[in-house]
Amino acid sequence: MADNGLLESVLRLVEKVDGGTDSQDVAADLGVDHQVIVGAVKSLQALGEVISAEQKSSRHWELTGEGREIAEQGSHEARVFNAIPDEGLPQNQLMKMPSGKVGFSKAMSNKWIRLDKAHEGGPRVFKTVEAIEDTVRDKLQLVQKGQSAKLEDKEKNELKKRKLLSEVTVKSYWITKGSSFSTTITKQETELTPEMIASGSWKEKKFKPYNFEAMGVAPDCGHLHPLMKVRTQFRQIFLEMGFTEMPTNNFIESSFWNFDSLFQPQQHPARDQHDTFFISDPALAHEFPQDYLERVKKVHSEGGYGSQGYKYDWKIEEAQKNLLRTHTTAVSARMLYKLAQQEKFTPVKYFSIDRVFRNETLDATHLAEFHQIEGVVADYGLTLGNLMGILHQFFTKLGITKLRFKPAYNPYTEPSMEVFSYHEGLKKWVEVGNSGVFRPEMLLPMGLPEGVSVIAWGLSLERPTMIKYGINNIRELVGHKVNLQMVYDSPICRLDS
Amino acid sequence: MYLNNKMLFSIHILADEEFDELCFEFGLELDEITSEKEILIREQGGEKAEGASDVVLYKIDVPANRYDLLCLEGLVRGLQVFKEKLEAPRYKRVSPADGGEPQRLVITEETASVRPHAVAAVLRNITFTQERYESFIELQEKLHQNICRKRTLVAIGTHDLDTISGPFTYTAKPPGEIRFKPLSQSREYTAAELMSLYKTDSHLRHYLHIIENEPLYPIIYDSNGIVLSMPPIINGDHSKISLNTKNIFIECTATDLTKAKITLDMVVTMFSVYCDEPFTVEEAEVVYPDGRLSVYPELAYRTETLSGDFINKRVGINESAESIAQLLTRMCLRSEVSGEGDLIQVEIPPTRADVIHACDIMEDAAIAYGFNNIVRSTPRTYTVANQLPVNKLTELLRQDLTAAGFTEALTFALCSEEDIADKLRKNITETRAVHISNPKTADFQVARTSLLPGLLKTIAANRKMPLPLKLFEISDVVLKDETKDSTFFPGRCAEIFSCGKSIGHLGVLHPDVISRFELTMPCSAIDIDIEPFL
Repeated sequence: MADNGLLESVLRLVEKVDGGTDSQDVAADLGVDHQVIVGAVKSLQALGEVISAEQKSSRHWELTGEGREIAEQGSHEARVFNAIPDEGLPQNQLMKMPSGKVGFSKAMSNKWIRLDKAHEGGPRVFKTVEAIEDTVRDKLQLVQKGQSAKLEDKEKNELKKRKLLSEVTVKSYWITKGSSFSTTITKQETELTPEMIASGSWKEKKFKPYNFEAMGVAPDCGHLHPLMKVRTQFRQIFLEMGFTEMPTNNFIESSFWNFDSLFQPQQHPARDQHDTFFISDPALAHEFPQDYLERVKKVHSEGGYGSQGYKYDWKIEEAQKNLLRTHTTAVSARMLYKLAQQEKFTPVKYFSIDRVFRNETLDATHLAEFHQIEGVVADYGLTLGNLMGILHQFFTKLGITKLRFKPAYNPYTEPSMEVFSYHEGLKKWVEVGNSGVFRPEMLLPMGLPEGVSVIAWGLSLERPTMIKYGINNIRELVGHKVNLQMVYDSPICRLDS
Repeated sequence: MYLNNKMLFSIHILADEEFDELCFEFGLELDEITSEKEILIREQGGEKAEGASDVVLYKIDVPANRYDLLCLEGLVRGLQVFKEKLEAPRYKRVSPADGGEPQRLVITEETASVRPHAVAAVLRNITFTQERYESFIELQEKLHQNICRKRTLVAIGTHDLDTISGPFTYTAKPPGEIRFKPLSQSREYTAAELMSLYKTDSHLRHYLHIIENEPLYPIIYDSNGIVLSMPPIINGDHSKISLNTKNIFIECTATDLTKAKITLDMVVTMFSVYCDEPFTVEEAEVVYPDGRLSVYPELAYRTETLSGDFINKRVGINESAESIAQLLTRMCLRSEVSGEGDLIQVEIPPTRADVIHACDIMEDAAIAYGFNNIVRSTPRTYTVANQLPVNKLTELLRQDLTAAGFTEALTFALCSEEDIADKLRKNITETRAVHISNPKTADFQVARTSLLPGLLKTIAANRKMPLPLKLFEISDVVLKDETKDSTFFPGRCAEIFSCGKSIGHLGVLHPDVISRFELTMPCSAIDIDIEPFL
C-alpha cells in the first residue's frame, strides 16, 4: 500500500478540483511516475467511499529517444545546415558529423544546401538560403508539450515513420470525490479483534466491507466419497428397520455357495465364463458341509422336497470352482444355512451392502464390479403381500412411495418380482430393484423348517447414487480415474428429500 | 420377438397402453413399438427400407424359463388363455394314422462318448405359409440359444420325411469317414472339410468346438445311407424342409436327456397347431444300444394336488378354492377343486416345463390374481439390528479420517499383476495374490493385495489438482496369506505394532514406486489392518 503521505497529497489535489481529475495529471502535478499514482488510487478505493475512480484508457503520442534528441538539439538537417559556414564545407568533413549522412540528404531534398562536385580540392557543400525554419523540431516540441492535437494526422504518421514519434495507450483513472471524502486517511479494519472488544476501540474503527463477489477460501478439509455417503444412508435405513448386517468381507466364493446352494443349475448361463470371473489360483474350494452338499446334489439332479428337480448330472467339480462372487446372495445363503443349524429357529432380518463382480462388457452404466444392496427376512408364514409391504416401507425411506410389481424370472426365487417406481421427471415407471421369495429347493436342503418363508430383495448402490448426484457415466463415480473435484464438491446425501 | 397388430386383435386388444399393461401384468417386457420399416432404417439406412412394411410391431422380451412363449404361436396362445378367449389346447401323441409302424431312430453305442441321447417325433400333414415357416425356423434358433445352451446340451434337426425313409440310425464316426452334401452347399464334403469350411461362418463357427476335438462325430443316416444331420453342426441338404413340406421328422440329439425331451415337446406343441389334426403329434420310437425302447414325444401331463389354503397363505390373499382353480386355468394350468375340502387338482401341461414345484403354481396363481391387487402388509417379525463389527469401526474411522483432512477414494478391487507387484517393487509370487482365470483385460488379472496402487493411480489421474493431496480408503484386500513389505524407502519406513502385534506399515514410498505410478512428488503412505481392533 502506498504511504499515507502520498495518499493524502492525492486527496488534497482531488479536493481542489471540481468534477475530478485524471490520474496522469496528478502524476504530473506531484512529479511522480504514473504507476505510483495508480497504486495510490487502488489503495484509496480499498478504504471505502473516500474517492470514486473510473478507469479509462487514452491513446496519445510520445517522443522516441531520437525524437527527444531532435526536440532538444534540432533536426539532423538543421544541424547540418547550421554547421556549414558561408564559404562552404568539404563534403567528406560534413559526412563525419554525427548527423552528417541523414542531415545531408534531407537538407539536399529541402534545397537548403548544394553540392559543388567540381570544386577545387574536392566536393564542397554550400548553403543556398540565408535562414531555415526547423519544422521537424517545432512539431516534436509541440508533442513534447502535450499539444500533439495541433498536428495533422499525416504529419504525425510521417514522424512515426521516421521513428521519432510513437503512439501509446495509457490506462488512467478519472478521480472524483467519494461520498465519504476526506483529505485524511483512516485505516479500515478487516477483522474484529479481541483487543478491540477489550478496549472498546471498535466503536471508532471503520470496518472494511466484505467483498461478496470474491470466490472465498475453501476450508482445508477431507471429503467422503459420494457412493460411500449413500451407502451410509442405506445402512442407516436397514438399521432403523431392525436388520442385522451380514459378514460380506469375502470377495472370493465357491460356485457351490454362489450358485448351487441357490438352486441355480450348473448349465445356467450366469455360470458361463462370459459372465463370471473364475479364479485360477486358488482354483478350487475343498471344504463343504458334506451332508448338506449331498442334499443340494440330490435336489438338483433328482428333485425332492416336493420338487421335480432339474434332472441332470450334478458335478462336484463344477461346484468346487472358485470365483469372485457375482452377488451377495451367496453370503445370504451361508447365513441361512447357519441359521438352519440352530437348535431352534429364530426369525431374522439380514442386510448387506458390498461389492460383487461380473465379467461383463463395460459401458456407461456397467463396470466389472459394483455394490449390491440386499435385504432378507426369514420367518414363519411370510407372504408375497408381506414382501410388498416391507418393500413399500423400505422405498418410502428413500422418498419413493409409488410402487408396482411385475412378475419376473430368477432361478432361486419363486415368485420373483421386479420393483418399479413412478418417476415424476420421466413420467414413466422405472425399475428400481428385484425381489422374491426363496425357493423351497434352496431352503429345505439347508434344514430350515417347512413353514419358514424367506423373502428378499436387492438393488445396486451405484444407480440410485448416480441419479441422486446427477452423474451419467459410472466411470465418473467409481474407480481411480474419477475427478477428485467431484468428491470434494459432492453435497451431503439425504435420500428422503 | 415381434408381435403385430393382427395378433393383438386375436387377444382382443388394440390400444398400445392396454397391451403395455397386459405385458406388465403377465410378466413380459414390451421393449418398443416399431415397424419393419423402422427397424430397417435403423439397422441398414433409409434406402434399404424403401417399400418395407410399416405394420406396427411390438418388440417383447420373454422370461428366460418360459420356452412356451418363445414363438408367436405360443405367446399368442398363452395370452389368449390368460384373457379367457381360448381354452388351453390338449396336446396328444398319436400312432401313425395308416396303422403302420412308427418311425424309428436307432442309437448305436459309438454315440456314448460324444452325444449319447436322442429323441424324435413326427408332425403329419402340416401346412406352412411363409410366416409359419419363418416362425418354425426362428423357434428352433431361439431354443438352440436358450434351453439348448448354444447347442451344447441339445441340437434340433428337422427334416422333410417324404425325402427319407426310416429306420434311422444315430451313430458316431471318425470325421474322415463322414461325407455328405450339407445344407446350402452345392457339393459333398467330408466332416473334416466341413469343420474347416465353417471356421469362417459367422453363425456355425460358434458350435464347432462342441465336437471338434472328439475322435468320433455324431451322425444320423436314413435306411439308404442318406445323411439327415451331423449334430450339433449342420443338417444334410437332401432332407431339408421347405414351404411345401407336409410331413416333418424331428430329431433332437443331446448330452442332457431331460432338456432334449423338453425341447422336442416345445417344437411339437407349438407347431402341431398347423397339422390337419391340430395339436396331435405322431409318435416315434427310439431304440437304445442296450435294446431299451422309448416312445417320444413324451407330452406328459402331470397332476399336482395342493390346497387353496396353501396358495392363500403364501400369496397373502383370501380366495375360494374355486376361484384359485380358475386363476390357475388362465395360466394354462387346467385346475379343478377335487371335492375334498379345498384341495385343487392342477394339471401341468408339457408346455410348462418351468413348473417343477408347488411354489411355481403358487406364483402363477399370484400372477393371475394380479401382483398389484395383493394387499401389502408389514410382517410382524421382531428382530434387533446389529452392525457388522468391521463395518461399524470402518464408519467411525471414515468420519475421523475426513475430519483429519483426508479425502475418501473409491478404487477397484480388481487390478493388474503389475499394479500389485512390479510397480510396488515386489515379485508377483511373494504377493500371495488371488489370480483370475478369465480376465477380459489386464485390468482384471488379480484381486488387489493392497489399497496403495488404487490410491496412487487416483493421484496420478488427478495431477492437475492442487497439492497436497491427502487420500484414504478403507476396504477389503484379498490375500492367500500374510505378506512382507518392500514398497517403502529404506530407513524412511516403520512397521506399526499394536498390543505387540504387527498391524501395518507407514513411511515414505520408494522413489521407484512413485515414478512407476507416473508421479513426481514425494508421497508417504500408511497402511493398517483394522481387523485386529474388532
